[in-house]
Amino acid sequence: MIEILIFGPLLGSLIAGFMYRSIGENVATILATSIVTMGALISWFVFLDIVSVDNGSVVVFDWIISGSLNSQWAVKVDSLVKVMLVVVLSVSSLVHLYSLGYMRHDHNWNSGEKYKARFFSYLSFFTFAMLVLVSSDNLLQLFFGWEGVGVASYLLIGFYFKKPTANNAAMKAFIVNRVGDFGFLIGIFLIFYHSGSTNYLEIFSFFSEDNKIKLLGFKIEEVICFFLFIGAMGKSAQIFLHTWLPDAMEGPTPVSALIHAATMVTAGVFLTCRFSPLFEAAPQVSTLVLLVGVLTAFFAATTALVQNDIKRIIAYSTCSQLGYMFAAVGAGFYQAAMFHLFTHAFFKALLFLGAGSVIHAMHHEQDIRRFGGLRAKLPITFFTMTIGTLAITGVGIPLSYYILGFNFGLSGFVSKDIIIEGVFASKNNYSFYAFVFLIFSALLTSFYSWRLVFLTFFGSFRGKIDDFNHCHEPERTMLIPLVLLSLGAVFFGSFFEFDFTSAKYQIFSDSILLAKENTILKDFHYVPVVVKLAPFFAMLIGLSIAIYFYVINPHAPRVLANQQPILYKFFLNKWYFDELYNIMFVASAKKIGNFFWKVGDVKVINGSLHGIGLSFIPYLVALASRLQSGFVFHYALVMIIGFTAIMSFFIISFYGL
Amino acid sequence: MDYILSLITFLPLIGALIIGLFVQGSGSQSSENAKRVSLVTSIIVFLLSLVMFSEFDKNSSDFQFVEEFLWLGFFNYKLGVDGISVILILLTTGMMPLVFLSSWTTDKRVKEYLISFLILETLMVGVFVSLDMFLFYVFFEAGLIPMFLIIGIWGGKERVFASFKFFLYTLLGSILMLIAMIIMWDISGTTDITKLLNYEFESEPFYILGFYIPSGIQTLLWLGFFASFAVKLPMFPVHTWLPDAHVQAPTSGSVLLAAILLKMGGYGFIRFSIPMFYDASLYFQSFIFILSVIAIIYTSLVALVQNDMKKLIAYSSVAHMGFVTIGLFSLNQQGIDGAIFQMVSHGFISAALFLVVGVVYERTHTREILAFGGLVNKMPNYAMVFMVLTLANVGLPGTSGFIGEFLSLVGVFQIEPLYAIFGAFGVILSACYGLLLYKKVILGELIKENLKRINDLSLREKFCLYPLVLLIIIFGIYPKPIIETYSVTVANYLQILN
Repeated sequence: MIEILIFGPLLGSLIAGFMYRSIGENVATILATSIVTMGALISWFVFLDIVSVDNGSVVVFDWIISGSLNSQWAVKVDSLVKVMLVVVLSVSSLVHLYSLGYMRHDHNWNSGEKYKARFFSYLSFFTFAMLVLVSSDNLLQLFFGWEGVGVASYLLIGFYFKKPTANNAAMKAFIVNRVGDFGFLIGIFLIFYHSGSTNYLEIFSFFSEDNKIKLLGFKIEEVICFFLFIGAMGKSAQIFLHTWLPDAMEGPTPVSALIHAATMVTAGVFLTCRFSPLFEAAPQVSTLVLLVGVLTAFFAATTALVQNDIKRIIAYSTCSQLGYMFAAVGAGFYQAAMFHLFTHAFFKALLFLGAGSVIHAMHHEQDIRRFGGLRAKLPITFFTMTIGTLAITGVGIPLSYYILGFNFGLSGFVSKDIIIEGVFASKNNYSFYAFVFLIFSALLTSFYSWRLVFLTFFGSFRGKIDDFNHCHEPERTMLIPLVLLSLGAVFFGSFFEFDFTSAKYQIFSDSILLAKENTILKDFHYVPVVVKLAPFFAMLIGLSIAIYFYVINPHAPRVLANQQPILYKFFLNKWYFDELYNIMFVASAKKIGNFFWKVGDVKVINGSLHGIGLSFIPYLVALASRLQSGFVFHYALVMIIGFTAIMSFFIISFYGL
Repeated sequence: MDYILSLITFLPLIGALIIGLFVQGSGSQSSENAKRVSLVTSIIVFLLSLVMFSEFDKNSSDFQFVEEFLWLGFFNYKLGVDGISVILILLTTGMMPLVFLSSWTTDKRVKEYLISFLILETLMVGVFVSLDMFLFYVFFEAGLIPMFLIIGIWGGKERVFASFKFFLYTLLGSILMLIAMIIMWDISGTTDITKLLNYEFESEPFYILGFYIPSGIQTLLWLGFFASFAVKLPMFPVHTWLPDAHVQAPTSGSVLLAAILLKMGGYGFIRFSIPMFYDASLYFQSFIFILSVIAIIYTSLVALVQNDMKKLIAYSSVAHMGFVTIGLFSLNQQGIDGAIFQMVSHGFISAALFLVVGVVYERTHTREILAFGGLVNKMPNYAMVFMVLTLANVGLPGTSGFIGEFLSLVGVFQIEPLYAIFGAFGVILSACYGLLLYKKVILGELIKENLKRINDLSLREKFCLYPLVLLIIIFGIYPKPIIETYSVTVANYLQILN
């Protein structure tokens, strides 16, 4: 059953990719979509325990076997995987459905060019790779999926391969991720070296005993987790390795929703949760994770404040929300990280698909300065995007937990507030600072999310009036996903809070292992009321500023930008990471390469070796060119004679000894 | 089955004789016939080697199908295969039909061209089946001659310079190996590799002319072999002949050079240097690691700035060979398994990459990266093949490229983690040059006038490329058939040595 779930999308991908010529593009795309949709339905049955699944691993066949290294292709479904299956397959199926409409008429292609089946093939391949990633029972297979989703992401970002910007963005995504993978690989080496295995169960059982291994003065768990986290930072676009994510918006919008918001970018969070037994034994790295997460949440939120591209705003928002998830992981609250991963997938996919609907209606205009007043023309899009915004900014009834026994509100309200409370409650030295930054980021989140909504849907239209008159709601295949995702964005928070974070009944007892002294599952309920109220008021403040800036006094943003030119430019240019990296890595790699080539190879190596030989090579060359008119076998004969002569000389002279 | 190794080895030579003696005339009909003869010969040889492989016992580490008799009362003619050589023989004989298929459009001195390749096949297979040191040497060195001719006659503009550079580099290395072999013979009194494998060479340090020689005579012998294999593989800093040779060589020459000839260096290390001079190998372990790591990083960076497609791939070959040496000298199961796998996998990948370059070279007569761009618009199948190969070259899991690199690095990590970390840098750099090449050649708008009428892969080209692409993926997902062929042999080696 589960095997069908995982290999189905691969089948869909192959059919769409290789058989569309014979079965037609429409059949191919619909087939791929229905396979994934079936998978999504099954995954919900599995998640809600309507269909029970054995949580042991099922070996499919051997992969790499060399000496003591033994890894198989296997499928293992435990609670962590069930959550991921639901997230991946639900969002993927809705994105497939949405793409049927979105990709129907694409102005990037000339008439007659076939691109739809290729797009669906990549989407399904991505889904397959992601499922392999999550359902693995060993690190190597996880790495296969990890790189597989990277390739799918590369192919989909560069889907419009005629656009140089898309090609560059695709390359950047792959290479920056490879930097993370480099760390990940070293993590795998370390784990295999010490535990002698790549299988999760064996790894965890090895590290569950006190091993007292030290490396460079650190506990071995610290070192391993450090390298695994580098891998996670790359995939989940954490600060320093985040630069690819905004550029990845060059891909078609459904791709951004599926890969760069809901699923692939959360793989890093999944990895850290999967390795919770090790992270629990690595307090220093956990602190690092917390700080990186908080810094990312803050950095990305500040950058999102001033961006004008609708997709980039949401991309930075994703980056920021991933920071929240890592903050939870760093605080030892993996359940909350998974919970936010779960809810975020739905409301962020919703926001992206909503943005896609706007872009679709606006003939691929993405600059929010040229939108405005679209509420009247795109009512359903407006309505669903507002729900997404309410969810991400965290609208709900504060303190409802005390009355109802659960937090009542939209999904982001529940999951984000739990993270913030958890971070505050954690026993980490930095937890208070982290808490302050996260609250401030929540304020910024509220501001930029509403800014997007106000600039797009309120006020008067600022683009070409023709565009406004012709714009209309997209077709039904695109609206249904929006509506379904809105349902998730509204209800999943309150509905699943108990399953994810209840100290007694949380579903992760078989997959996330907390250290004995980690009591965060209980502690986060007992934080001061101020802490519980803080995110809500931060949200209100952000909303009020946004209303003032973009509804009441539209000139205020310009005035503020002129007053603070340095800060504005700093945010607008994304803290100058790209410029810095260009100088540090891209330009210098080329310089070093040229130096090695022209000086190292040509001058030093060839120079010195040829210096010896140069006296007679030209002579030989001249000789050869004179001989060149001759028959081939003359050369051969000369060579063989010479060769035999040399050999006989040596053999005879030594034989004589 | 008694003489199957001799048959596999010398059948191509017979094919060459048939072409030389019986295919008369110089018209297009005769060259067509010659091409058919060579293709059929190579296919028969491949089938024979498959038969041999099916009879091969993977669970035994002994040499199998051994043939032995004295030749001219002087040479000891002894052939035999173990798990390591059998896989390289399959690689060689399997590659040849593709080589002949890919050079179907040659029209310059066709007969001589095909004869050179058939002779080369005999010599290459000979290297892997020899169980006598001097026999090995003859095959190893004689292989230079046809390759020298292939580059020197059918090559590009500066073919003469390149072929001499190739010849001199490799020959100079080999002379030192020959001296080492003669000394070994003098000491042990035998040239039989099976006996030499069990012979323990002295490793007592001594002084020569005031120089301290650690590990004694082993060190000197090791260095002699190293000179030859390091040039052949090639290792930094004696790699500079390779880019020149590749750029000038015709496509099929490059294919064989990359897929098979380079592997002789790696094979030499595992057949001679490591088992026969184990103490010296241990002594030089760090030295090899340093050179390998430099090769991986240095040549990757050089590859990043190349303007010629073939040169880029040539430099990337050097980087990938770095994984072979680093793995071999880890001297543990994963390292050596990985190194051998990397040799086989690089055989597929580099051969296919050179074929891919040949495809567009044949159509446009240039290999300048900047002369292309946007090929995907006209050549979707080509673009797909190129994509898979690029990803395999980058070492993506799921392609054969990953397994060799990964196992080699796992191997070295257990000895010297630092070198594995430096080696893993190659993971990032290979992505840089690989994707950059792909972007510049394949992606983008098709602007250049001369490319607007370019055709996608022909049926013949598909026959060359698709099998390689399939093998790369199949062995990336299920590498067991390859690894289990030689793992018993490797395990046995390691058991004896430790």
